Amino acid sequence: MSVVIEARDVEFSFGQTPALRGASLAVDAGEIVAVMGPSGSGKSTLLHCLAGILVPDSGEILFDGTKVHAMAETERSSLRRDRFGFVFQFGQLVPELTAVENVALPLLLSGVHRKQALPRAQAWFMRLGLDGLEQRRSGELSGGQAQRVALARGLVAEPQVLFADEPTGALDSLTGEQVMDLLVGAAREQGTTVILVTHEPRIAAYADREVMVRDGRVNAPDRIAS
Amino acid sequence: MSVPLTLLGLLEREPSHGYDLKRDYDSFFGRGKPLPFGQVYSTLSRLARDGKVVISDVAPGSGPDRKRYIITDVGATEVEQWLTQPVDPEPHLQTVLFAKVVLALMLDRPAAEYLDTQRSAHLHRMRELTEIKRAGSLVDALLADHGLYHLEADLRWIEMTGARLDALRKEVRR
Repeated sequence: MSVVIEARDVEFSFGQTPALRGASLAVDAGEIVAVMGPSGSGKSTLLHCLAGILVPDSGEILFDGTKVHAMAETERSSLRRDRFGFVFQFGQLVPELTAVENVALPLLLSGVHRKQALPRAQAWFMRLGLDGLEQRRSGELSGGQAQRVALARGLVAEPQVLFADEPTGALDSLTGEQVMDLLVGAAREQGTTVILVTHEPRIAAYADREVMVRDGRVNAPDRIAS
Repeated sequence: MSVPLTLLGLLEREPSHGYDLKRDYDSFFGRGKPLPFGQVYSTLSRLARDGKVVISDVAPGSGPDRKRYIITDVGATEVEQWLTQPVDPEPHLQTVLFAKVVLALMLDRPAAEYLDTQRSAHLHRMRELTEIKRAGSLVDALLADHGLYHLEADLRWIEMTGARLDALRKEVRR
């Protein structure tokens, strides 16, 4: 396995408050890694740095060997749009769009024609047990349904890396596990690397391995052979 | 797992031969630890001696044992009592992990590292159980969940203990 995305000795502060103090993490292609840690430990900040949303104060972010931290905002924006997928705690669907349009959004933004984008988006509805809900708007979906739509949106463009920040945090246990089951199944099927931020051990257990973030540093236990 | 009570419970469902009881036990409760035939028959003999089952007839069955066992009222009452009584919550106040943490602090050893190692081992086991859950039936998931929630409770304790190590160190090293 080769490393697809990596943080090297990353430091980041919000004003005077340090969030990351030399965080390093390397993730292999196709790997599913859970980033755990207490509230305020810096795990979401690490995810945002890896995803090119935040630029570290110092240190490096490498994606496929490219220096993400040195890219201009427009380049990072293209990278996020074309190579990365995102799922957040609250689906953050666009309320004006139907569910299928929400799923198709990353494709449309990448320049895929609507005629091709919508059928590709549509295919995810059957796959994630959402068939029949294509024309609903986010307000007409349950929490679990909305999060599955968000998951489909995160994966529809077949990103190399999916960033999932507490993707089940707003769901009950059973629905959360159903979403994780679908997320892991779909990611493995298309070989997507997943970086999953969670504070819930049962959710982290869906990953191949876990790392702990504490006080802005990453403590990655030795990998236990399975 | 109480083998006699579980076999009695299976017999309350329907009269069965020993071979069928073993098959159902292994399928639902054995989970990689099949019940030896010898234990099935010795348990059934004891249950018969104690009046909890009777042998109804000797008829052709799926296996070599031709005896068909039926639960008695005494046996059914015992199953009923067992099912309705809560299992002891077992607070585990003196666990090995607890002893390790206290000793590590007393001896000025790296308790936080021990907790990290334990967390990693717990999460490794949770991954195995999650895989069983994902690949198996709903009954597999039910059993795996039981283990997962217990491990998760341990992990919460590990987190809480980790956050209190400095204060604990002062207390145990007085």
